[in-house]
Amino acid sequence: MDSVRNVLAIAGKELRSYFASPMGYILIGLFALLFGAFFRVYLTGFAQRSQQMAMGGGNINVNEWMISGVLHNAAIIILFIMPMITMRTYAEEKRSGTMELLLTSPLTDVQIILGKFLGAMGLFAAMLVVTAIDIAILFRLGNPEWKPVVIGYLGLLLLGGCFLSLGLLISSTTKNQIVAGVMTFGVFLLLWIVNWFADSVGPTTREVLNYLSITAHLEDFTRGILDTKHIVYYLSFITFGLFLTAKSVDSERWRG
Amino acid sequence: MIEVQHVTKKYGRVTAVDDVSFRVERGEILGFLGPNGAGKTTTMRILTGYMPATEGKALVAGYDVFTHPIEAKKRTGYLPEAPPLYPDMTVREYLDFVARIKGVPPADRKTRVTSVMQRTRVADMADRHCSKLSKGYKQRVGLAQALIHNPEVLILDEPTAGLDPKQIIETRELIRGLAGDHTIVLSTHILPEVAQTCQRVVIINNGRVVAVDTPENLTARLAGSETMYVQVDALGEEAGPVLATIAGVTRVQASASGGFEIESERGTDVRRDIAKTVVTRGWGLLELRPMRMSLEEVFLRVTTKEEEGKDTNGPDSTPAPSPVIGSVNG
Repeated sequence: MDSVRNVLAIAGKELRSYFASPMGYILIGLFALLFGAFFRVYLTGFAQRSQQMAMGGGNINVNEWMISGVLHNAAIIILFIMPMITMRTYAEEKRSGTMELLLTSPLTDVQIILGKFLGAMGLFAAMLVVTAIDIAILFRLGNPEWKPVVIGYLGLLLLGGCFLSLGLLISSTTKNQIVAGVMTFGVFLLLWIVNWFADSVGPTTREVLNYLSITAHLEDFTRGILDTKHIVYYLSFITFGLFLTAKSVDSERWRG
Repeated sequence: MIEVQHVTKKYGRVTAVDDVSFRVERGEILGFLGPNGAGKTTTMRILTGYMPATEGKALVAGYDVFTHPIEAKKRTGYLPEAPPLYPDMTVREYLDFVARIKGVPPADRKTRVTSVMQRTRVADMADRHCSKLSKGYKQRVGLAQALIHNPEVLILDEPTAGLDPKQIIETRELIRGLAGDHTIVLSTHILPEVAQTCQRVVIINNGRVVAVDTPENLTARLAGSETMYVQVDALGEEAGPVLATIAGVTRVQASASGGFEIESERGTDVRRDIAKTVVTRGWGLLELRPMRMSLEEVFLRVTTKEEEGKDTNGPDSTPAPSPVIGSVNG
């Protein structure tokens, strides 16, 4: 009970700090704007296509032709925005000396890490919730299936979780926010494109690269397919990232 | 209440703290004195569980800070050198957050925050952002943060650094008022502070404890010999040679103010004999008082002795513990 309270105290502090500065609002606004832009592009495309189809007497699926594409592009925006959420989490605490407060309080490292992770997830969830406005318009005007949409959003949430856990890890290794941000972005990008090289290597390596690629696992989610394999991948990715963050904080402690 | 046993801390090959041991009794204020870079902050960080020691162990309220960190930390309030404030929180929000993570029960939180703000006189800034506070207020909010969970042990790293003289006096009074309920360790490199606030002093230099005692004893014992200041009206006679003949007196030196500084062997009190001599000669005794080294002199002597030892042994050998003071385990 105590540990839950501690985690929530840290999470609440993190969340509040995002909104105490313009940062939280800027990130949410930026995400909503970019998401809306992609949404509009896809909507126009979808409208034209469905008109053409209607003339031929057919019908196209809005989930398949529109929502999945929008969500896929949302993942790209997430790639760019996530480093901005995590870059300050540990780096800033170390620079300002508040790390000393946290580490000398009756909290375990895991409680601090989980709190920070949940706080960042909270901001990310808020970003996703704002985009639900666009999706709501679709529901108002058309007749999409809601299940694939929910699964798609779950995929984005899990993908975001991976980025956040990795971002926390990188932030925990440096005092410098900018270094943390740039490095996080670099590593994200690498994980993103790792399967682009899959074609030029042997079959075994290809399998490994495809599995490692953080976006390959999103594919099914955006299509509305819920596969345990991908959930396991994302959840283990998150756990591993947080575990390494705990190790990083602990080793920092030993090195002083 | 606090026990530090043979604590050593190495950063790579650099030894920041070398076999430090001391005890602090319940309700006591212990001054931790040393030049900058002597290892004060490192020792305090080990005591608060911020970092583990390379060797040795530290106990707070009976709990080993390494094996039972949560229990030890619940009983410790810590003010680091730079007050650990979140710039975008107001003082009240900040203290509320600290109360949460220090495990103050939810029902008591509000009253604790209010009472601690009053105690440290920051209540008038309760709704101001921490980033907008003056240095003095920041320091006091830092102190409020350390007190919020009413800990048995308070570790204060240079609590008066950067304050103006009035604030320094207020802070010292506040700290003195906390003793009794709390066991306090405070570090400083300002000597009068120790003399005014602390009951016992640990002097640390180059990571080693070079002296432990009360401020008074330190100054007295360190002198090595007793020194009296005497001013007499010798009615035209030469007083110096006469005073030098008194049993136990080792040296008589005329001082600039017209009197004499009389050194005697340690443990002997020559005041009676001085008075008797003066009276039997028919001189007038104008002044007779013991002279003590100021803490500054003690400090310089203790810390420079160490340096000299180092020089003669070469840079790589560890210097022998200072011979000046015998007991190092209070």
